[in-house]
Amino acid sequence: MRVLLRLFFVVALPVLLVAVWWAASSGSTDPFWPPLRTILKTFPDVWTADRLRTDVLPSVLRLAAGYALATVVGIGLGTVIGSYRRVRAVCEPVLEFLRAVPPPVLIPVIMLFAGIGDTMKIVVIASGCVWPILLNTVEGVRAVDSVMLETARSYGITGVARLRDLVLRSASPQIFAGLRQALSIGIILMVISEMFAASNGIGFTVVQFQRSFAIPDMWTGILVLGLLGFLLSVVFQLVERRVLGWYHGLRASTRRSQ
Amino acid sequence: MRGTNAALGAAGLAAFLALGEAVPRLGLVKEAYFPPTSRIASALGDELADGGFWSALGDTLTGWAIGLAIAVGAGVVVGVLVSIVPYLREATASTIEFLRPIPSVALIPLAVLLYGTELKSVLLLVVYASFWQVLIQTLYGVQDVDPVAEETARSYGLGTWARVRHVLWPTALPYVMTGVRLAAAVALILAITAELVIGAPGLGQEIAVAQTSQAVPEMYALIVVAGLLGLLINVGARAVERRALAWHQSVRGEVAV
Amino acid sequence: MLDVRGLKKVYEGSGRRVEAVRDLTFTVEAGELVCLVGPSGCGKTTLLKCVGGLLTPTAGQVTLADRPVSGPPPGMAFVFQEYGRSLFPWMRVAENIELPLKQKDLTKSRRRELVADALESVGLTDAAGAYPWQLSGGMQQRVAIARALAYEPDVLLMDEPFAAVDAQTRADLEDLVRRLWRERGMTILFVTHDIDEAVYLGERVVVLSASPTVVQEQLKVDLPDERDQLHTRVAPRFAELRTHVYEQIQAAKRGTPEDAVTKSDTPPPH
Repeated sequence: MRVLLRLFFVVALPVLLVAVWWAASSGSTDPFWPPLRTILKTFPDVWTADRLRTDVLPSVLRLAAGYALATVVGIGLGTVIGSYRRVRAVCEPVLEFLRAVPPPVLIPVIMLFAGIGDTMKIVVIASGCVWPILLNTVEGVRAVDSVMLETARSYGITGVARLRDLVLRSASPQIFAGLRQALSIGIILMVISEMFAASNGIGFTVVQFQRSFAIPDMWTGILVLGLLGFLLSVVFQLVERRVLGWYHGLRASTRRSQ
Repeated sequence: MRGTNAALGAAGLAAFLALGEAVPRLGLVKEAYFPPTSRIASALGDELADGGFWSALGDTLTGWAIGLAIAVGAGVVVGVLVSIVPYLREATASTIEFLRPIPSVALIPLAVLLYGTELKSVLLLVVYASFWQVLIQTLYGVQDVDPVAEETARSYGLGTWARVRHVLWPTALPYVMTGVRLAAAVALILAITAELVIGAPGLGQEIAVAQTSQAVPEMYALIVVAGLLGLLINVGARAVERRALAWHQSVRGEVAV
Repeated sequence: MLDVRGLKKVYEGSGRRVEAVRDLTFTVEAGELVCLVGPSGCGKTTLLKCVGGLLTPTAGQVTLADRPVSGPPPGMAFVFQEYGRSLFPWMRVAENIELPLKQKDLTKSRRRELVADALESVGLTDAAGAYPWQLSGGMQQRVAIARALAYEPDVLLMDEPFAAVDAQTRADLEDLVRRLWRERGMTILFVTHDIDEAVYLGERVVVLSASPTVVQEQLKVDLPDERDQLHTRVAPRFAELRTHVYEQIQAAKRGTPEDAVTKSDTPPPH
């Protein structure tokens, strides 16, 4: 019974919304708001296996490459900056500025250097994603508990072991907060870097549909982008729950004891 | 201590600017692609003397401010409603989880079709992106309401409105401020993105124009302006948030001890 | 075994100069259980961290088995007061205990053996797979003690380890320390602000003065080796000793350290 009720809560509103969309648009003659029926009918014709391979896959691969690059650079540099007080003091104002630059304005700059190929898009994604990861890593590394650091010292845990078993683990909740912010920035940059200049990719395709007034096709593109965003966020949550299981447990147990 | 840190920070900034001057001068990168700091600075000076720049800045700030205001208003109202109406939180959870990660830039083609380069295009993107930041934080904040305080208020016969005003809102406020800070940063990103990609008037469009006309130093100057704008917004929002949080923690501290 | 000579620690920072420890000299023999007791805020933790090589003394020297201590020595293990912050919350109990062993040149099976043995000694065999935050405060401190045991130290340093647990758990943990000390023949230096605890646990009690700290008195505890919470604490001799230590601490607090100092081993009053 409880399960059924929960299932009802999960499903009810989305079903209702889709039904409203369906009903409200069913007789639509407005070219910009085609009936949902038409959009869904167009969907399988547009997003064929071939198109998934030629447009969706390249987009996702660029995102993955840029995101991975940003993760490595962000955590690496963040750990160094976070570990040394003086380095942090020197870098802080510059980092604050660089972080505040809205990432999409970097596209024209990076195009100067890297042209309009995959390299440009990967660098754009990486250079936008790196800041939240970097700054959160700095905060996390800086905030490692002093007693834990002394414990490690007194047991001779130094070097790589100290970094792997203490510093990065302790900073991981903050690092993941940064990774989460970076993921949504990465998707934005993936799409608009393709809108700027590309010959394939989801962003490119959607803009092509819009320019050629293939409106139902454009709508399917918006749906695909939405689905992609949702899927990536689900994957992220699964990974986060695995890696930060201890953190959520710890938080729950301190909250209970308060 | 603070003095040393400020000095180190200034040194870092100076080194950054000097590097920006030296790298192109030494021919490490092409000057055409990466003009030295001094050229960017003089281009920035020219921009500041130009009326077009100021109106572009005004356009960007207008889109940012209106969009942010709508998002904050809607986010708070929806957040509180969803929290206090029975079963609404459970019923909307899956929908929120689905809609939130949808990238706002997916709406760019739709915005172009519906509104072209009007301000509404910018607003659509800005509001969609920043609304979720405020909503989610408001929901967290309301969840954090102390059940004892809530019970107390109930037992004294406070009505729904009075409970919202005296119990729920003060607890949720710091969270809402965090949401506003995050939303302010996101709103600027989306405002400038909309201008850059769609061509709505503003700093983003100026950057796109500078890019197509090969005016590289001007382009860098405008990017610096965008960065400084972001910096100002971050610093301002953090100051506002800290005030809200400081008040929150002092109150909590008194209760806890 | 452990020799502290002329130890002095001065903190300097932001224009202020705080002399936490002025001049401390004492020795701990191999296999001895010595309690350091003093008024609160008298630099006990500073002293212990200097002994453990976590802080560098301003002057004086600490030697462990005739070798000067300049960093945390391998033959020493530290048990902190803040058990919740000393155990790593992202590792399970067994992993926490095993972590320091990985720095030593041991086989995997030998590490497993040490972990299991240490857990058994503190009565937590069943908790090996739990996370520290799933355990009560007293159990967490047992885990910290087990981690120290598995490290097989020559000297165990304990910094007010039971200050943050409730009274009943505290009594159990005191008996645990006594038992482990007798079973394993370790050298233990135990810091506390609790006079009863110091007298109950120690073979010898070193009474410290108020900050800046010097040794106020050293006292041999001539209670029988076999101690238990019920009988030892009501024994007349226990009462005498604790009264004596209490008086010394009161004198220290009144702040006439220079006059009251007796650096030699004073025989206990009869």
